[in-house]
Amino acid sequence: MEPKKAAEQIVEATTGVLSMMLGIEASVRETVLETRAQGPSEGVVALVGVAGAWAGTGTVSCSPKEACWLAGQMLGAEFDEMNDEVLDAIGEIANMVIGNIKTNLEDELGPMALSIPTVVSGEHLSTRSLSKQTWTVVKFDCGNGTMTVHVMLAPSQQAPALTHRRPQETAAA
Amino acid sequence: MALDVMIVDDSAAIRKILQRVLLQIDIPIGKVYEAGDGAQAMEQLKVNKVGLILSDINMPVMDGLQFLSELKAAPDYKHVPVIMITTEGAQAKVLEAVNLGAAGYLRKPFNAEQIKDKLAGVL
Repeated sequence: MEPKKAAEQIVEATTGVLSMMLGIEASVRETVLETRAQGPSEGVVALVGVAGAWAGTGTVSCSPKEACWLAGQMLGAEFDEMNDEVLDAIGEIANMVIGNIKTNLEDELGPMALSIPTVVSGEHLSTRSLSKQTWTVVKFDCGNGTMTVHVMLAPSQQAPALTHRRPQETAAA
Repeated sequence: MALDVMIVDDSAAIRKILQRVLLQIDIPIGKVYEAGDGAQAMEQLKVNKVGLILSDINMPVMDGLQFLSELKAAPDYKHVPVIMITTEGAQAKVLEAVNLGAAGYLRKPFNAEQIKDKLAGVL
């Protein structure tokens, strides 16, 4: 899939989810291509796997402060620190963003299925892809912080997994 | 008469948002029950009767389509309208849900107006 098309899909899905579910008008700060898909070293990473004719992974990541703010916007509440509600909200944002990208691409790429989101949070995280497939990475300005969406999709036989190391705490959304 | 509703979704955030949306619409809502997957929902239905179910599809343990299938096969529950509210937008899944007896289908993300319109068409 062309990186430009992947980036367009990420922007459309992400801005749509943030606008409709959180009332946030997000703007694109930066779009880059990465082969190592390096995630944040601290904060929250929500992962959703995609399997089918094409397969891969999508992630949504942000700082703890941004995660609390996004969850607050979504739930109409205030969160001063990370908790299960915040992790669940970030997991659901990832589910909706990656799910909409998947649905929008199915006519072209064929049927695909989504995994249940997994959310990892903590400090000193190290996120790496196991292959050198190209990841499309779009960073969004949301409120006073940044939210980043990583997507990698490849024909099934080329699709790698994403590994995470040393999370201090994890929670399934 | 107020309508008792069950929300079936593995995301507590979505369950909370849907509860909030239900309070914003004109339809009188009674009790709102929550379940994190289809199996929990089937258990809750044994003790809590509802007039409407809002259900996700992609859930652990028992997904929304399996839940819908079991619900429509049960004489006590088959008349309860079920609206699927899900990220899953694949045409095949939509058709499967309709064939299993779903009364409506709405893709996430959603807003209160869409929920209201969908309920108005079902109730």
